Amino acid sequence: MHDPSGHQHPSSGLGGRSEVPAWRLVSTLAAAGGMAGLAIVFVFQWAQPRIEAHRAAALRVAIQEVLGAPETSSTIWVHDGALTAELPAGADSTELDRVYLGWNAEGEPLGYAIAGELPGYQDFIRLLFGYDAQAGLVIGMKVLEHKETPGLGDKIEKDTVWLAEFDGAVPPLVGVTANRATGDEHEVDMISGATISSRTVINIINERLEVLRPLLDAFEPPPAPAPPVAAPVEGEAEESDTTEVAPEDGDAGAETTDTANAGQGGD
Amino acid sequence: MANGHVPSEELAGTPGAIEVPPPPAALETTAGYDFLRGIWRENPVLVQLLGLCPALAVTNTVRNSLAMGLATFFVLLGSSTLVSLFKGVIPKEVRIASFILIIATFVTITDMVLAAVVPDTHKALGAFIALIVVNCMILGRQEAFASKRPVGRAVLDAIGVGVGFLVAMLMIGSIRELLGYGSLFRETPLEVEVLGPNFEPWIIMILPPGGFLTLGFILLAFGWWRGRKPSATPRVRRWPHGVADRRAA
Repeated sequence: MHDPSGHQHPSSGLGGRSEVPAWRLVSTLAAAGGMAGLAIVFVFQWAQPRIEAHRAAALRVAIQEVLGAPETSSTIWVHDGALTAELPAGADSTELDRVYLGWNAEGEPLGYAIAGELPGYQDFIRLLFGYDAQAGLVIGMKVLEHKETPGLGDKIEKDTVWLAEFDGAVPPLVGVTANRATGDEHEVDMISGATISSRTVINIINERLEVLRPLLDAFEPPPAPAPPVAAPVEGEAEESDTTEVAPEDGDAGAETTDTANAGQGGD
Repeated sequence: MANGHVPSEELAGTPGAIEVPPPPAALETTAGYDFLRGIWRENPVLVQLLGLCPALAVTNTVRNSLAMGLATFFVLLGSSTLVSLFKGVIPKEVRIASFILIIATFVTITDMVLAAVVPDTHKALGAFIALIVVNCMILGRQEAFASKRPVGRAVLDAIGVGVGFLVAMLMIGSIRELLGYGSLFRETPLEVEVLGPNFEPWIIMILPPGGFLTLGFILLAFGWWRGRKPSATPRVRRWPHGVADRRAA
């Protein structure tokens, strides 16, 4: 190490020693790694509940968006190979697959919001899409999380033309490049320059519907729950408050949420 | 620190300091110089051209520039402090690995704190928070300064360089947002529409080319300002060792 300012002799270390034994190199790095890990664990424990709460609030907003602002919404669980609005007592909800059912002001079901994820170009893409089971149509899509390339892949979240493709598409979806489109109802025009990201979004929707469609077809939507005046259960309405601990991963809207409450999370 | 000054023969051969009289005996950098150097004379973005990846990528609004600048500031300050504190126990063979480990820890902490406190901003910055780890500006300060100086100076230097980076980010960010959206501080409580509803936004300014254009023009103006009258700029002569210091780094 040539140092023209003459701070140190070339053979000396940071502390002015020479010839450091190998075990010291290893133990230095091991100790530094251990301390780093410890610090990260502490911060993680502090940050994780807050991050989950934000994620839950974002999911509530997304449900509002893909279902076209339902008056009420509720979680429908996949339990024992069928959908159910009421879990049997003692069932653990954390590991169960779920969809979110929304009703309009007249109490008619608007459709189901379904979350899904698959690896995209860089990391998992998590999204939520709306599905109208009666008409058999996809009624909207919103990307919840992604780490796609800025300027190319991130258009799956922002490109309004692309997002509009999902309003009224008939599953199973088929991704086509824009100049090959034939106007078929299954077709979705992919974003040029973001083929892998676009295809992943389409695959997520197709895979989720392949699994859930038979269940959704066999499921009779329950009537809309009572107005949310009496609905909040166990203080769930406070969930959007960041100081509260979110119940569990992705469990947003697990209980009935009213429109006004869900809207707050998006500000 | 007694042997930290630059030998005078060294300076005599430095092109920028030809007419400099022999430096006084105590040419050791002062605390104030260590602090101010990073803000202006050796601004990481505008002079050293370090850390350009975030400076170009996330400066499309003032809010993003501010968040990125503060995150980098925190990481730099934390890393410099720790590196300077532990410089006596880190063997030189593993110093780079240790520096990176320290930097990466602070970046991970910053990433999680931002996600917990300001999720929207965290989402807008995306992968660039994690990429602070490979910001050569930060590693450069550890290798060139913090690992050789006392803690107090390392902290001053980190604050100076961090503020310099923040200033450069805000300069680029405010110009791009002003021309690209016609506003300032958008998506914050302080949002102001500066250019009014009749202004047609220059979309290119919020896209990647706008970053290059803005930085290019700022560098042009900065270079012109610094170089307009070399002999009449007293700073060059008052701190001639700055030149040598940079070469050493």
